[in-house]
Amino acid sequence: MSISIQSIHKAFGNYTALDDISLEVPDGSLTALLGPSGSGKTTLLRIVAGLECADPGSGRILFHGKDVSEVAAGKRGVGFVFQHYALFKHMTIAQNIAFGLDVMPFAQRPKRAEIRQRVAELLHLVRLEGLDKRRPHELSGGQRQRVALARALAIRPKVLLLDEPFGALDAQVRKELRRWLRQFHDEINLTTLFVTHDQEEALELADQVVVMRNARIEQTGTPQQIYDEPRTSFVYEFLGEVNKLPDGRYIRPHEIELRFAAEEGVDVTGRVSHLFVAGPFARVSVVPEHGRRGELEIWASRDQVEEMALANGDVIGLHFPTLKKLT
Amino acid sequence: MHNHRVIPGFGLSLGFTITYLSLIILIPLAALFLNAGGLGPAEWWRILSTPRVLAAAKLTFGASAAAAAVSVGVGLLVTWVLVRYRFPGRRLLDAMVDLPFALPTAVAGITLTSLYAPNGWLGGYLAKWGIQGAYSPFGVFIALTFIGFPFVVRTVQPVMEDLGSELEEAAATLGAGRWTVFRRVILPALVPALVTGFTLAFARAIGEYGSVIFISGNLPMKTEILPLLIVSQLEQYKYRDAAVIAAGMLLVSFTLLFLINLLQRQLDWHKR
Ligand SMILES: Nc1ncnc2c1ncn2[C@@H]1O[C@H](COP(=O)(O)OP(=O)(O)O)[C@@H](O)[C@H]1O
Ligand SMILES: [Mg+2]
Repeated sequence: MSISIQSIHKAFGNYTALDDISLEVPDGSLTALLGPSGSGKTTLLRIVAGLECADPGSGRILFHGKDVSEVAAGKRGVGFVFQHYALFKHMTIAQNIAFGLDVMPFAQRPKRAEIRQRVAELLHLVRLEGLDKRRPHELSGGQRQRVALARALAIRPKVLLLDEPFGALDAQVRKELRRWLRQFHDEINLTTLFVTHDQEEALELADQVVVMRNARIEQTGTPQQIYDEPRTSFVYEFLGEVNKLPDGRYIRPHEIELRFAAEEGVDVTGRVSHLFVAGPFARVSVVPEHGRRGELEIWASRDQVEEMALANGDVIGLHFPTLKKLT
Repeated sequence: MHNHRVIPGFGLSLGFTITYLSLIILIPLAALFLNAGGLGPAEWWRILSTPRVLAAAKLTFGASAAAAAVSVGVGLLVTWVLVRYRFPGRRLLDAMVDLPFALPTAVAGITLTSLYAPNGWLGGYLAKWGIQGAYSPFGVFIALTFIGFPFVVRTVQPVMEDLGSELEEAAATLGAGRWTVFRRVILPALVPALVTGFTLAFARAIGEYGSVIFISGNLPMKTEILPLLIVSQLEQYKYRDAAVIAAGMLLVSFTLLFLINLLQRQLDWHKR
């Protein structure tokens, strides 16, 4: 089910949390809302879910072309996964997952055996078989997150909304779950909108990335577009480390090429001020000569650094194959 | 295995705890039982089975349980209002909840009596409905509810504040209506705190003296509570009788509180 967000505005008191937000989320896509903390991502997600109302007189939310602005959260058919899981502590895992089915009106509610069957399927889907009798406090963070996901999926939502789903997990689990979510999104063909402040997560996982800043959308596009053609300096800087040259142009650390100072095609020469080798990579900091201020950060391969026999204090040349001028 | 604890010296702190508890609780209680223990089981039975003692026991435990139960309802409502709504005077109301703790119980008793007496402000209305406010078991119940409900509010309030709104929102997105959310999500989360509140209100009500003696009228067999009966035995220099009644009351209370505690364990899924 496609989601269409049309000029949504939201203020808390006289603080504007969302300023004229418009966004199309195509059917079956996995879209990331990416932005620093406080940029309005959660607020937008909550408005899509129906947990928060957009300001009166502002735009609309359409699901598959139908205006749902006035539809209550429980009737929108969305699965919402909260940042801190929000599991029901007094219920077992199975009861948590079955909740959405249990509370259906009698006429629509599946039979007990059916509910049990569905819970078993979901436990299998999120790979938590055998934990159905446990309670939330007996599970790890990653497991709780998957329970929250299974609970949201039990009602067969057409739209899945995730608020920083991996925010509270450690790096290892996070990477694992990320891959798993992508697989799983493709398998069950949902339209998923998720919030993150981690650019790596957004770039790796999403079909479409929406960069937000200060209550506005800064840029929307595929991960490639966002990374390769950032429209603003904010997007450039937010999507990873970047060197800003004194003339206002940008280049990423891995795009700078290291050369000997006397070689051809050297754009700038400079002195190595810091050299750090970790695994197969090397980070080199260079202070440009001839009055240019600032330090440049270069990511090179360890092989190259060793081949050139680089050391602190050496004067080397830098080549900039691409340079971007941004506002 | 050596455990590092926050409070150093397990032996020292346990020793202090036991000494302290002994001085202020165990020794006086032991003295009570020694005083009553000089009598044989037959004597105990004779004193405890008199109709006057039985009537007082029934009133004390019955009214206390009823008052604690109502306190749970009233307390839950008051807590809900205090936690969930923002309105002018909320802080004032919040502070007022503690008044029954701070007010000398005699003052509370006298105030309640004048309110609920047949010629009093509220008692007049009740009388029209054929209900006697003061000087009746109902009056005892009123006084015990008054002193009991703050316990419920103060135990439930922090738990309800901690609940936040996410659980409700999660339930709402899953299609649960308001009533279902309350019954299946909020209430179960509050049950352990409500049971604790009930226990505290109940325990306090059993031992309550000051606020009850004014409103009850103290008619033997009708509106006399156990603590008052004990005092009147003492005033007649029947120290043995008083001690036996007190000891019996203590045993019953302890058993009840112990049972409630067991129930609480069952309910408290975190500690199971
Ligand atoms: N219920 C609320 N009341 C007042 N301000 C809020 C509320 N919810 C969010 N805000 C404010 O709106 C801004 C955006 O919040 P949020 O959408 O949570 O940002 P993000 O999820 O991107 O970190 C923040 O400055 C936050 O303080
Ligand atoms: Mg957020």
